[in-house]
Amino acid sequence: MHPAYSVIFFTVSSGLGFGALMLLGFLALIGRLDPDPWLAAAVMAFALGTAAGGLMASALHLGHPERAWRAFSQWRTSWLSREGIAAIATFPPALVFALGWVVFGEVRFPYACAAGVAALLALATVTCTGMIYQSLTAIRAWAMELVTPGYIIMALAGASLWLAFAWRLVGNVDPMVTHMPLAAVLLGWALKAIYWRRLDIPSRGPTVQSATGLGAEGVPVRLLESPHTQENFVMREMGHRVARKHAVQLRRLAQGLAFALPLVLTQGVAQFPDLASWLATVLVLTAAVSGTLGLCVERWLFFAEARHAVTLYYGASRT
Amino acid sequence: MTGLPASTDKKLGLVIDLDTCVGCHACAVNCKEWNTGGHSAPLTDEDPYGGDASGVWFNRIHAFEVGEGTAGRTVHFPRSCLHCETPACVTVCPTGASYKRETDGIVLVDEDHCIGCKLCSWACPYGAREYDLDAGVMKKCTLCVDRIYNENLSKTERVPACVATCPAGARHFGDFADPQSEVSILTAARGGYDLMPEIDMKPTNKYLPPRPRANTCTAPVTDDDSIAPSGFLGLVDRVFSR
Repeated sequence: MHPAYSVIFFTVSSGLGFGALMLLGFLALIGRLDPDPWLAAAVMAFALGTAAGGLMASALHLGHPERAWRAFSQWRTSWLSREGIAAIATFPPALVFALGWVVFGEVRFPYACAAGVAALLALATVTCTGMIYQSLTAIRAWAMELVTPGYIIMALAGASLWLAFAWRLVGNVDPMVTHMPLAAVLLGWALKAIYWRRLDIPSRGPTVQSATGLGAEGVPVRLLESPHTQENFVMREMGHRVARKHAVQLRRLAQGLAFALPLVLTQGVAQFPDLASWLATVLVLTAAVSGTLGLCVERWLFFAEARHAVTLYYGASRT
Repeated sequence: MTGLPASTDKKLGLVIDLDTCVGCHACAVNCKEWNTGGHSAPLTDEDPYGGDASGVWFNRIHAFEVGEGTAGRTVHFPRSCLHCETPACVTVCPTGASYKRETDGIVLVDEDHCIGCKLCSWACPYGAREYDLDAGVMKKCTLCVDRIYNENLSKTERVPACVATCPAGARHFGDFADPQSEVSILTAARGGYDLMPEIDMKPTNKYLPPRPRANTCTAPVTDDDSIAPSGFLGLVDRVFSR
């Protein structure tokens, strides 16, 4: 599948925003939210900004952005429609929560409840995002049950690193916030490792034989002549493939940036409380930036490694 | 609207005979010709006379080589929308622009409602949908909905453009819901099959397999001249071999 930058930016950015809202809702409900107004303003600006920015990016890549409102109508069947509704529904409770935390410095009832509702809706949104991909049976790499949990855990991992940085910035070293990245990143790493391992198993999915109905078991079928001399929409959109050796290197890069480096940096900082405050802050910021870059590489690979069934008509022998 | 009808009154579709298709692309050309002025008009081309021409076509003709050596054969393979009974392209549509008609089962796009998100093209395993960059909407085969019910055309012309033009008679149009229709009888008689049955979209269109060869290939000509002929040629051979 063609890894369009707008889709990568959208899923990473809104994933970070909705991931942050999930974590903030959790912290608010267990009473661990720091009432510091500067922290509140910065964190809510980050969460709402990345969530809304991602949604705007997704609308802008449409052929007709002015008709985007129509996308809220088909929630009965379409995960994309459900995602749009859940995303928009997240904002009212998130804004009530922001009002309490940022303006009134109040993180208890009723604002904690609003935060909890926003967290649930944010979780619903990211679940819908994952299901958009997971429900596409034409793409074997996406129609796997680890895809949606992967979207959720990667959103949490990326966001937890930014929250750890924000807390560090105001000098609050809450062990809960410090250790959230440890849990989320480790879980994300394990999940992606299993996903990639399963992806590498040759499948019994569609083959050129089943796509054409030609050639019984074992009889080779190969494309003799393409229907057209130049690439068409289908080939450009669905035919993108990343070379195997590059995929292996990019998986390493994604794991290094998204999991290994953030783990070493955040846990290193946690192990050495005597570290100069500015250095600790810089290291935690590096972890957050690295985590987000890793997310981008992971998302790029999610598209580039996915082979669409239609490629069977254009020379691929299996998906 | 993107909910699928539980059943459709008719199941209009095509039978494509891979035994008789000669790969002339006439169906694709006539499809383009008709539809660029039809229901989904225009079928925009990008850089049509330049070095990197591409554009919207509803019908694409591939050619495959099946088997190897003397057992190998070339099979021409037209590919277009199969008007599936459970089309994922319809259910993923967030706006209701994509729909399957309850009356005849034809899958269509309402271009005035399409936002151009392209998700339907991802959902289709058959690559039937092509995005019109210029119009910013998705386009697809309409089964020539503007021909098959068109009372301005003579009755024989009320078939999809691809069927009307096929010089080999490799394309047939009809109602699969009627067991006595030509397409149902053809499918039953010739073992018509679904493409990618493991992806459960229940295509309406059926493909007829190439018939087994009547004569297997004769022995290939070789340069080996040690084989002695018989009869008069054998006599000549023996005389000259002395």
